[in-house]
Amino acid sequence: MLTVSAIAERLGLNVVVKGDVSRTVSGCYVSDLLSDVMAHSKDDNLWITLQTHPNIVAVAVIKGIAAVILTNGRSPEAETVRKAEAEKVTIMISADGTFELAGRLYAMTKDLQP
Amino acid sequence: MAANDTLEGCFELMGGDFSNAGAASSELKSILTKLGISADIVRRAAVTAFEAEMNVIIHAVAGTMHYMIIDNTLTITLNDMGPGIESIELAMQEGYSTAPDWVREMGWGAGMGLPNIKKYADIFKIDTVVGEGTTLEIYFRLKGEKC
Repeated sequence: MLTVSAIAERLGLNVVVKGDVSRTVSGCYVSDLLSDVMAHSKDDNLWITLQTHPNIVAVAVIKGIAAVILTNGRSPEAETVRKAEAEKVTIMISADGTFELAGRLYAMTKDLQP
Repeated sequence: MAANDTLEGCFELMGGDFSNAGAASSELKSILTKLGISADIVRRAAVTAFEAEMNVIIHAVAGTMHYMIIDNTLTITLNDMGPGIESIELAMQEGYSTAPDWVREMGWGAGMGLPNIKKYADIFKIDTVVGEGTTLEIYFRLKGEKC
């Protein structure tokens, strides 16, 4: 079992908005198309994206996302931070590109599969 | 909740109001959760509501999202003053969208909205008049729910 905080620590992620980081992560979904995330992400997934606008918070709430990770060092917009704080959605930043971060996460989580 | 009790509510939606996009659907999700509706139905209802809400925000001037629970059925109805849908057949095709480029850059307008609603709803109806607006009715059967 991996929690959001354990993953943040192991991957050296910058936690910009701290929601419930004790949540156990069920897996990960990678997409910048919001409807694709709506269709295919699962409860308690991490979501890796380049999108930084406030709608990512609404998608995370609707889909029960454990934490959003922005790649390439991108920062969330100020309004995104405000909404994420209000909704207690964790947002983290990775200096890695999407491919590299996803690869590192895959390596960390593949042993967790039953 | 007894079988014949009616529960309903309504949210107003403003076209172009991207900063509040998802607020109505998030609120609906929380209401349905509190009613004790099963997590699977809440999850599916929230996705369809959000996709429909985005369609109003992207395409219409204004609209409403209404929900009603009666006789073990949850109905979510979206009514908008919008451009209407010229071809429902095309709109139902995954990947087809009339959304402008700046909306696509936000990650919306991928042409997955109506297909997602169809995928997650038990029953889904569209009534549209070009130049006047669109009504979506989305149904979920709650048979066996504890609400």
